[in-house]
Amino acid sequence: MGKEKKAQSEQLLDLRNTPVVDKVGVEERIERFQSRSIKGESKKQGLRMALNMIDLTTLEGKDTPGKVKQMCYKAMHLHDVQQDLPTVAAVCVYPSMVKIAKNEVKNSNVKVASVSTAFPSGQAPMDVKLRDTKFAVSEGADEIDMVISRGKFLIGEYNFVYDEIAAIKEACGKARLKVILETGELATLDNVRRASDIAIMAGADFIKTSTGKVQPAATMQVTYTMLMAIKDHYDRTGIMIGMKPAGGISTAKQALHYLVMVNETLGSKWLTNEWFRFGASSLANDLLMQIMKQETGIYQSSAYFSID
Amino acid sequence: MAAKKKIIDNLDWSYSPSPESTAHIQLKERYDLYINGKWVKPSSGKYFPTTNPATEEVLAEVAHANEKDVDLAVAAARKAYTEVWSKLSGAERAKYIYRIARMMQERAREFAVIETLDGGKTIRESRDIDVPLACNHFFYYAGWADKLEYAFPNRKVEALGVAGQIIPWNFPLLMAAWKIAPALAAGNTVVLKPAETTPLTALKLAEIIHDCGLPPGVVNIVTGFGDTGAAIVNHQDVDKIAFTGSTAVGKIIQKAVAGTNKKLTLELGGKSANIVFEDAPIDQAVEGIINGIFFNQGHVCCAGSRLLVQESVADLVIRKLKDRLNTLYVGDPMDKNTDVGAINSKEQLETIHKFIEIGKQEGTEMYQSACSIPAKGHFCPPTLFINVAQSSVIVQQEIFGPVLTIQTFRTVDEAIQKANNTPFGLAAGVWTDKGSRIFNLTTKLNAGVVWANTYNKFYPTSPFGGYKESGFGREGGLHGLNAYVKLV
Repeated sequence: MGKEKKAQSEQLLDLRNTPVVDKVGVEERIERFQSRSIKGESKKQGLRMALNMIDLTTLEGKDTPGKVKQMCYKAMHLHDVQQDLPTVAAVCVYPSMVKIAKNEVKNSNVKVASVSTAFPSGQAPMDVKLRDTKFAVSEGADEIDMVISRGKFLIGEYNFVYDEIAAIKEACGKARLKVILETGELATLDNVRRASDIAIMAGADFIKTSTGKVQPAATMQVTYTMLMAIKDHYDRTGIMIGMKPAGGISTAKQALHYLVMVNETLGSKWLTNEWFRFGASSLANDLLMQIMKQETGIYQSSAYFSID
Repeated sequence: MAAKKKIIDNLDWSYSPSPESTAHIQLKERYDLYINGKWVKPSSGKYFPTTNPATEEVLAEVAHANEKDVDLAVAAARKAYTEVWSKLSGAERAKYIYRIARMMQERAREFAVIETLDGGKTIRESRDIDVPLACNHFFYYAGWADKLEYAFPNRKVEALGVAGQIIPWNFPLLMAAWKIAPALAAGNTVVLKPAETTPLTALKLAEIIHDCGLPPGVVNIVTGFGDTGAAIVNHQDVDKIAFTGSTAVGKIIQKAVAGTNKKLTLELGGKSANIVFEDAPIDQAVEGIINGIFFNQGHVCCAGSRLLVQESVADLVIRKLKDRLNTLYVGDPMDKNTDVGAINSKEQLETIHKFIEIGKQEGTEMYQSACSIPAKGHFCPPTLFINVAQSSVIVQQEIFGPVLTIQTFRTVDEAIQKANNTPFGLAAGVWTDKGSRIFNLTTKLNAGVVWANTYNKFYPTSPFGGYKESGFGREGGLHGLNAYVKLV
């Protein structure tokens, strides 16, 4: 089985279509997205869309059931003062917290995502990573956020990275798989593009920039590079892959820039939480503050917005 | 899956209109000629309207200068040169030029809005490119004014005298800056004629120059048509002609100046090749192609209007180009989100349409963006002609609009041959991941500017100009200064 798998992967892992990426050109493109002027109705719509795309996240050693339960409540009741608000897309927790989270959000549309594969470093043997993943799924995780083996990637063992992702995908069953590239450790946009292509070919449902534990986390440059990988794959196969920038996106303005970028690369088809997510925790309140400003005309104090 | 599809189909995030305000600008109903530090009525009493090409509304009336008016302007420039400007030290001249630059910066927003109203280019470009770059040209050349002996070591530097300058309608304010700044820095005085379709920012610049207290006659702005330009070119007391515009008019000027003592620089047309190799960063190359041809609606002398793409990646690049074409926002130039604005004039739109018809008749595949075009005003959707041959008219002639021809090539030599096989020689673009190939091509492409992995980048410090029928002389940088001095 092992040998067979490897032979298969060598056949499938084809990086000939992976283009090089020019950083200067990418930066120029990003400036164009950032200079879009989002006003009026489009801003209202954008802020709500962004809110609905958040994976509200807590990934700390000190996480407790109490903390997770409160965050889950917030996920479903972002700001009850305002009636027509969406919920966030999901809550993202460690495997040990999945059952608690799942129980909290069971009567809502909010999904439970679990990190796995020895998050955040991924420095563990394969059987541990598989068990980690299967445990999270058995506890009720709807989505699995795995990390790739960056060390293996950086020494050029692309087949290893590919096989690992394919194996985790299999272990996920019905859960959707998000593959975290940890772009802050991949250093170049060329590497980001190559890793994106490997993850997509190996079966990722989503590709995700970062764990949030490494700086820099999500940047627009990195996200753009990954979006273009998704686009090329879609153009070739017609299969949609999701995108999740995570870490470092804390303001509504940034979120709107990301939405503009998705809109102008992949198109509005991707502008739902089925295909685009923000991995963020403080973003929600800034979006809420902006939404309330739009609704009431007054920019309110942060004291009016709950911190969970 | 069906349910999911429905949600997706319902979503369409379009940007709400975001027009730049015009409340803060001031335009007079009628503009006279700016001669000898005063606003002077044209001797003919004639005025012509200047319109907004996006709405076809008249913005103002502008004086039509004839030979008599030009004679007045040249006389004022001569007097200012001999009596005042040539006697000032470089450092004193620099103070005035810096002052112009700073006042332009202070009123940058007003300049950007007027540039867009009068010329049809997008507010994004006027605001982010034209106006800041124009300011920077004044800043840059102000710095040289007191350092001319360092610019030309071991040579004695003298100004030429009176410079007659004729500028085009595609970058009205920027071209005025390119012309006026080095001329003043080197100690010359100026008679400048802006294009008849876009005179307003040059006239605004005259207001600033006036407010700066520049000695009367150092800069004179005369508006009008071709006859006004001809009067400048043929004037006996002009020492230097600088012209930016079409190759056809450039040839007329060169003939007119032949046998006189007038120094001449010409910056004319182009049909520049943008060459994409298979190892290029493809997505960035696609952006570069788009920026190369659709920047300023293609009204750019160095526009990358001929795409040469290696056959192995041609299908991919063309697919991506078509895709990108449909994400360009075409329409109201005053909207901050517009990518492609209005065609400068009805005449130019007709020229572009004529070439598009020729392209269709030549039987090549045409692709246009599916954008909706405003009912009023002069607009042209971004257009691609695919699988075009070197012998095709649309490959050989300058269209000066948002029309890109796409040819394929197999080898480096073929790309070089095709790129150079044109009477023009203004610019070229090279897209490849290979540094050595870039250097190989820069030595072999007959173009004044070669951009590598980028396109349409301009800096005050960088010389710009052409080979062959794209003209001669350089503007910008040290080379640009050279065009306004006598070395003795």
